[in-house]
Amino acid sequence: MNLKKILMTGSFLVAASATAGMAADCGITEGRLSIIGNEFPAIQTVARNAQACEGLTEAKANLTADHQKINLAGMQGDPAEYTTAIVANSSIVALMNEDVIRPLDDLVAAFGQDIPKNQLITINGQVMAVAFMANAQHLVYRKDILEQIGMEPPKTYEDMLAAAEKIRAEGILEYPLGGAYMAGWNLAQEFVNMYIGHGGEFYEPGSAQVSINNEAGVATLEMLKSLSAYMNPDYLTHDSNATSAEWEAGNVAMMNMWGSRTGVLMDAEGSTPEVYENTTVGGPMTVAGGDRPASTLWWDGWTVAKNISDADAEATFKAMKHGISPAILNDETMGQAVWMIEGYKPAPVNEGVFSAISMQTTPYPMLPHHGLLHTALGDNIADFLQGKESAEQALADIEAAYMTAAREKGFVN
Amino acid sequence: MKHSAFFWFVLPSAVAMLLFIFFPIVSVVIQSLHTAHEQVIIEVENCGPFGCTKATAIDQEATAALREDQPLGRFAGLEIYKDRNHLATAEIGPLWEQSTGIGDFIGKLMNLPFYKAMGFTLTFTFVVTPLTIIFGFIIAVAVNSAARAIRGPLIFFSLLPMMVTPLIGSLILFWMVDARGILGTALRWLADDPSLSVKADTGLMWIMLMVYGVWHSAPFAFIVYYAGLQTVNTDTLEAARIDGASRWQQIRHVVIPHLLPLTTFIALMQLMDNFRVFEPIVSFNASAHATSLSWAIYNDLGGETQQLSSAAATSVLTITGVAILLSPVLVRTYRDYGKAT
Repeated sequence: MNLKKILMTGSFLVAASATAGMAADCGITEGRLSIIGNEFPAIQTVARNAQACEGLTEAKANLTADHQKINLAGMQGDPAEYTTAIVANSSIVALMNEDVIRPLDDLVAAFGQDIPKNQLITINGQVMAVAFMANAQHLVYRKDILEQIGMEPPKTYEDMLAAAEKIRAEGILEYPLGGAYMAGWNLAQEFVNMYIGHGGEFYEPGSAQVSINNEAGVATLEMLKSLSAYMNPDYLTHDSNATSAEWEAGNVAMMNMWGSRTGVLMDAEGSTPEVYENTTVGGPMTVAGGDRPASTLWWDGWTVAKNISDADAEATFKAMKHGISPAILNDETMGQAVWMIEGYKPAPVNEGVFSAISMQTTPYPMLPHHGLLHTALGDNIADFLQGKESAEQALADIEAAYMTAAREKGFVN
Repeated sequence: MKHSAFFWFVLPSAVAMLLFIFFPIVSVVIQSLHTAHEQVIIEVENCGPFGCTKATAIDQEATAALREDQPLGRFAGLEIYKDRNHLATAEIGPLWEQSTGIGDFIGKLMNLPFYKAMGFTLTFTFVVTPLTIIFGFIIAVAVNSAARAIRGPLIFFSLLPMMVTPLIGSLILFWMVDARGILGTALRWLADDPSLSVKADTGLMWIMLMVYGVWHSAPFAFIVYYAGLQTVNTDTLEAARIDGASRWQQIRHVVIPHLLPLTTFIALMQLMDNFRVFEPIVSFNASAHATSLSWAIYNDLGGETQQLSSAAATSVLTITGVAILLSPVLVRTYRDYGKAT
């Protein structure tokens, strides 16, 4: 047997073992499926079911928290390495900017008539992605600790601070608050939430000219700093995973966390009954008397690469459609996300995202230049939180860093 | 050697260097002199599960035409090098005028991303390189004077830090110095301060990164010195002993002069390596406290919108920095070589 054959057999074995016992007929005769996407339970479910389709000549998935760093490069080649990217309303913009995903109108017309209209993401009249779940950050709290101090779950960030102070004063927890405040993307996301909650606008109307150095910006930074005073001093190194670990260790009583990650906190794994039985979700909080929640709404959905053959695109479309079909819902997967799939029955764990939707939370901005501002925010907020500079200086730094980058990318002159 | 023989002898490596070193550098330089096309923005309506919103998008057809015209983008000359995210030439003047003194000026300078990265990179390089050399030398002398039977295992254990993948090695240290980790708890107990946290304090974070740097690269200096120690002339050492030289005097006047050329070699390698410090910053999630030039490149490329030209400019500045750092050593080597022939 030559080397190639051995390798081929090996990859078939791997593929076979991954899909054993759940092969599905998706009407595919040939074609490639290669998924790139983020790593959390709901996406793992979608990818596993898409890979289970029979007839694919290749079926693989690369799910990683670093997906945004590699999806663009992996789709720019011709043929592209990844035939589909699972994206959210922020990350689809980067792929649209570089023109690496294809409009899906013809595929939807031919094979996707049964996909509900509200799942289709249309940009400028063309279907560019198919959404399968909604996500948002919202309050997660420990029922037992709030009962112990005799306070209601907070509806505003001001209430949250008051409850945190009481928990600390009563000596229950030294650092009662948690949050994904790691310098970089996570911290920038918290700024975006809080700034929207303060009623701020990121840009001058109708332009890419940034405008955050204002009262709302200063109030946003001050609120982030007040919250961080009740967090583990290492908060600038904690991403969503580390924050979840802190929660499961029972060190945190309240936090603003992603709906897609609360299922893990409420299951019996990795924690003690005292923690997971008392973990409860609430809606997103407001701030400074505003009525817009200080949070953003997200959808997660899949796209199809532009630089692949039509046969591969067809196979990928059919497989991904199977990956989000009602057939994937069972007892295990039901609570993993707020699915937009028919037959989905909300579980208590999903209430946070539902109240985010009913409170008309603002969707994360889908603007071609917003990724640059997100990067500039992530690089410059930590200096303020550590007391190295004033809020005005931090905001001026963010604006200057963004404008420099936006000039380089041709968004402003 | 005949000229033709010499030519065929160096041809393979010359071609490899051209392909894998020279051309990529040329491409990076060209990239750093160009910026993206002016974006053609159109108003669009986006619809999805949360309703429809007015937004903007890039007009792909118009962009494709622009790309066809100028595949490299717009020529910008040195604009990117001079902008605020790099050398910030326009910002430094006003900063100097606003500053009350040299300390204040440096503080303000460190607020600019490039100089902030440079500050840490240079500190790291000039602290870690000498410490690596000193520790490597001490370990080498110690292992060399150990009994023969245990030298093998000693060498193996001394080399372990270098064998561990940098990302993994720094992750291990990261968890050990966590407030609830073994080293973090020990530090709190030693300092008698229950709120002490290495990851929350910029100074301690810098120290930890440098400790990691020395821990990781001392084995390299050690193994080079250990090899060198095997070639020390035993006659000279014996003569020194007969003359009544102490152990320290033997090391000072026989061993160290013998190992001097190796020191130049190690210093050269370590200067280059340490100037590119990157992995520990990522593993320690330290970017709130310390950034380096390599981290800045990674950050430019890792955002949702990649900033290729900015990353290219930082790369060229890194290469320039390495060249400046190495120039004293290289000039010296060149002179020595000139003397020899």
